[in-house]
Amino acid sequence: MSQGITEIVRISGHAGTVPGAGLNREYQVCKLVDTTTCIGCKACEVACLEWNGYTFTETKFDNSYQTMPETAWNYWNLIKFNEHERDDGSMMLLMRKEQCMHCEDPGCLAACPADSAIVQYANGIVDFQEAHCIGCGYCVTGCPFNIPKFSPEAHKVFKCTLCNDRVSQGLEPACIKACPTGCLHFGTKSEMKELAETRAVQLRSQSGFPDAGVYDPPGVGGTHVIYVLHDAENPELYGGLPKNPHVPWSVRLWKGPLKWLGNLGMAGGIIGLAVHYLRFGPKKEEPIAPEDRMPEDRRPS
Amino acid sequence: MSTSDTFQRRQGETDFDEQLIPRYSLIERLNHWAGALTYSYCLITGLAFWTPYLYWLAAVVGGGPTARFWHPWFGLFFVVSQFVMFLHWGADMDVDNDDRVWADNIKYYIENDDDKLPPVGRFNWGQKLYFWAMNFSTILLLLSGFVLWYVDAVPWKFHILRYVAILVHASVALITIGLFLIHVYMSTLLELGSFGTMIHGTATRAWSWTFHRKWYYQVTGQSRPKQ
Repeated sequence: MSQGITEIVRISGHAGTVPGAGLNREYQVCKLVDTTTCIGCKACEVACLEWNGYTFTETKFDNSYQTMPETAWNYWNLIKFNEHERDDGSMMLLMRKEQCMHCEDPGCLAACPADSAIVQYANGIVDFQEAHCIGCGYCVTGCPFNIPKFSPEAHKVFKCTLCNDRVSQGLEPACIKACPTGCLHFGTKSEMKELAETRAVQLRSQSGFPDAGVYDPPGVGGTHVIYVLHDAENPELYGGLPKNPHVPWSVRLWKGPLKWLGNLGMAGGIIGLAVHYLRFGPKKEEPIAPEDRMPEDRRPS
Repeated sequence: MSTSDTFQRRQGETDFDEQLIPRYSLIERLNHWAGALTYSYCLITGLAFWTPYLYWLAAVVGGGPTARFWHPWFGLFFVVSQFVMFLHWGADMDVDNDDRVWADNIKYYIENDDDKLPPVGRFNWGQKLYFWAMNFSTILLLLSGFVLWYVDAVPWKFHILRYVAILVHASVALITIGLFLIHVYMSTLLELGSFGTMIHGTATRAWSWTFHRKWYYQVTGQSRPKQ
C-alpha cells in the first residue's frame, strides 16, 4: 500500500534508466489457511483477542472443542471443529479457522448504506470503519459467509480486519504470527495461491486425499483468505463453508434494478404530479345546486 | 357524528354553503397527524438508507446512527396509528358499486371533470385504495422490518429470510412513497379545502356536496335525489 510512495517513476538529469524500472510489485495480500495441518490449538483465536484488545466473553459450549457456535462481534477468529465420518467408517476431525474472507467482490460493501463505513483497500483488505458505521446490519444480509456481527453495546458491526493495522506497517496478521504448526501463511495473493496449489497436489498424490483442493471461490471474485481442504468438493463439511458463495441475488436486485426503478418512479411521480397541477389545476368546491338546498336557504336563482 | 343539529355557523357567516359539517373527530385528526409524522420520519430516514445521494437526509434528523436507532421505533408507532386508523375508518372504506363506476371513469377525476362521476360517500375510491394499500403495506413493512431490525438474530439456516426481507421492505416502502406523494398532493394542492378538514375537523356544506355528495346527503338527512 504505502510502498507506492517510494517507488520512483522519473528522475531529473539522470542518465540511463530509473532504478527499479519495470519492477512489478504485487499489492494484493492473502492469508492461506491449510486445514490439513491445523491442530486446533486455538493460538490464532487467542492472538486475535490479544492484538485487538478483547477479553474473553461468555460463551456457549455445545459439547465440542469449538469455543463458541459462531464468530462474535468481539471474537473474529474461530476454529470450527467438525466430526466427519469417512467412507471406511473412521472418524476425522475437520478443523477450519473461520474469519472474514476479504472477498474481492464484497457483499457487505455492496449492501452498506453508510458513507465510508466499509472500505476495500488496494491490497484486498475489506475493513469496517466503525466511526462511520450506523449499525443498520445491511452488511449482515450482504455477507455470504455470515461474518459481520452486530454489537448490541456499540450499536455497530464488527469483523476481522485482516490486521490491517499490522499489515499496513509491514507486519503479518496476529493469527499468522501465533500459529505454531505453520498451517497459516501470509503473503501476496499469487504466492499464496501457488503454495496452496502445491500443497493440494501433494495431498492428492501423496497423502491419499484425491479430492484435496484450494478454496478461492470465484463467485465473490476470489477471496483474500484461501483454504486448502482435504475435500474441496464438499466445503460445507467444514462448518458450513458455502460451496459457491456469491453476493446474494436479493442484494444485487435491491441495489441494481430496484434502485433505478424506485428512483425513476419517485422522480417521475413528483414530475407527473407537478405536470398534472399545471395542466388541470386545483379542484374547487362548487355552490350547492338549488334542488339540494333546504327550502328556507334556497337562493333566488 | 351524523346529525344535522351539530352544524355550526362560522362567526358572522350566514351563507348556507359555508355552514360547517363535522367530518373528522379530534381523536381521528390526532391519530392522522401522528401517522403522518411517524411516516414522514421513516420516509426521511428510509430514503437516507436507500441511496448515498440522499444519505445527507440522515444528518437532518441527527445523523446516521440516530436515524438507524429511531427508524424502527417510529415505524412501530406508525403501525399503531395505522391500526387505530383502521378502527376509525375501516367501516367507511368498503368499495361499493358507485365506487366501481367511479374507478372505471377515473380519467374524469384526473381531468377535473368530476360532474361525470357517480356521487361519492365519506371517502372516494382513491382514498379507499390508499387506505387499504397503506394497511397491507404496513403489515408487510412490519414483518420485514422486524427481520431487518434484528437481522443478526436470524439463524443462519434461515438466512433466506434476510434476503426476502430486504427486498420486501424496500419494494413496499417504494409503493407507499408513491401513494403518499399522491395523497399529499391531492389533499393540499389539488382538492382545495381538504387539508383544512383534517386540521379543523369540519367541512363546509359546499365542499361536502361537491366532493362527497353521498356522504353529504347522509349526514344532512337528505335522501339521494332520483336521477
